[in-house]
Amino acid sequence: MSQVLVVTSGKGGVGKTTSTAAIGAALAMNGNKVAVVDFDVGLRNLDLVMGAERRVVYDLINVVQGEAKLQQALIRDKRLDTLFLLPASQTRDKDALTSEGVARVMDELREHFDWIVCDSPAGIERGAMLAMRHADVAVVVTNPEVSSVRDSDRIIGMLDAKTAKAERGEYMEKHLLLTRYDAARAERGQMLKVDDVLEILSIPLLGIIPESEAVLNASNVGCPVTLVDGDSAPAKAYIDAARRLEGEEIPMVVPMERRGLMSKLFGRRAA
Amino acid sequence: MANKAQQTRAAIRFRGRSFLATVLAPELPLDEWLAELDKLAGRSQGYFASRPVILDVTGLAITKRDFTDLIETLFKREIKVMGVEGADPSWLGFGMPPSVSGGKQTEILHKPSAEPPKQQGFVERTIPSLLIEQPVRSGQSIIFPQGDVTVLGSVASGAEIIAGNSVHIYGTLRGRAIAGSTGNAAARIFCQKFEAELIAIDGLYQTADEIDPSFRGRAVQAWLANDKMNMAALA
Ligand SMILES: Nc1ncnc2c1ncn2[C@@H]1O[C@H](COP(=O)(O)OP(=O)(O)OP(=O)(O)O)[C@@H](O)[C@H]1O
Ligand SMILES: [Mg+2]
Repeated sequence: MSQVLVVTSGKGGVGKTTSTAAIGAALAMNGNKVAVVDFDVGLRNLDLVMGAERRVVYDLINVVQGEAKLQQALIRDKRLDTLFLLPASQTRDKDALTSEGVARVMDELREHFDWIVCDSPAGIERGAMLAMRHADVAVVVTNPEVSSVRDSDRIIGMLDAKTAKAERGEYMEKHLLLTRYDAARAERGQMLKVDDVLEILSIPLLGIIPESEAVLNASNVGCPVTLVDGDSAPAKAYIDAARRLEGEEIPMVVPMERRGLMSKLFGRRAA
Repeated sequence: MANKAQQTRAAIRFRGRSFLATVLAPELPLDEWLAELDKLAGRSQGYFASRPVILDVTGLAITKRDFTDLIETLFKREIKVMGVEGADPSWLGFGMPPSVSGGKQTEILHKPSAEPPKQQGFVERTIPSLLIEQPVRSGQSIIFPQGDVTVLGSVASGAEIIAGNSVHIYGTLRGRAIAGSTGNAAARIFCQKFEAELIAIDGLYQTADEIDPSFRGRAVQAWLANDKMNMAALA
């Protein structure tokens, strides 16, 4: 049974594209056949994060418009042969994404893949609606700050109302992915607490991804963080999140500041 | 100066009055959809004549040009669009209907009839209370002029409940609660945890800044007495 997963947020720049690549790669490493699909027409990024920008020939719009076959547009990852990218168009008008066309492409993707991970554009306009439209499960990417939380809340409302699944009267499965979590700032009380975010959004927690240079390094070399630096803290958190999506039960780790912890321990000892 | 301003402010009341609107959601191709619409309108003359209509174009792959043409064709059919949902904001310039969102689904029964429709074409609901079992999310509004609204979850920042009678919230109220919207001063607002942005009863409203901060985070009720908002913690 194939699963269509949408990675969405409402607010921009919270880590959707990073998370799509990292989770897509982690699912593929677990032996799944995975397609990551970029819905961010005009502002495509996923090709860069996946390191495939120089291999793009056809894109999602070409396939939606019937100008190219799906197999021609899919780009196989150089490192993992079960991972594929369906890029967005950087030049075409986003109105070229028709809703029937997208439905047809999603159906076709379902025939070939175990997981189809859709990277949503920011906002609540057409592009974001089309990205979530055919999803079976949603990952809501949220940063621990008020505006991101409120936008996520808005998106959750739309997942429950405007998706094909919701319109059929079925329950839309939603998971919260808390990203760019800064342990040092959390300790100083400069960020919303994990519990507060969970209380406000009241959907289950899929993972907490720490703010980390490993993410920037990974995107600079054009490789999902889970593939390039599997031992880094964000990669581990993403790998756990992917396994939870597959139904495994894995205890949640709240990132902690090592230095802060050490100085506290030593501080006590010295006293 | 400050006093005067406050006086003027106190005189303003905003009464939530909700109206049922027929929502038209066109499908592509538009000419086929219009033909279908004409068939429906033909079966009962003047069906749309005195009806408020909201045009929902969410997810519809049309251009600004198609959109303006559509509004015009509808106007020619005596369908006057009072609001648009899901349109690109840049389409809704001068002379265009305003954008609306967050409507609540209601059945409007359409019985085709040869006779001209009576003014009261909508089905009157007699349900006195509405129960919402999910959290109310930011951007959603629950409008229930017929009576009480009870919410089992929380009402998010940027969400609103508008009830003709009382509002009961068993989670946290972070958004707006508007009770007695149809002019009922006896309506009350109850919530398990008060973090509201705004509350109003019978058009008399208070913003978060005007509310005693000691109520924050507590279970409270609010009611009107002598045209003044009163609040008290629930034991
Ligand atoms: N855990 C993290 N640690 C450090 N930087 C991060 C982390 N997650 C994301 N970033 C950085 O934040 C920026 C935005 O991330 P990303 O492009 O994934 O967000 P997005 O939600 O897809 O944005 P948009 O809404 O513009 O599509 C990028 O520069 C990315 O490298
Ligand atoms: Mg992105």
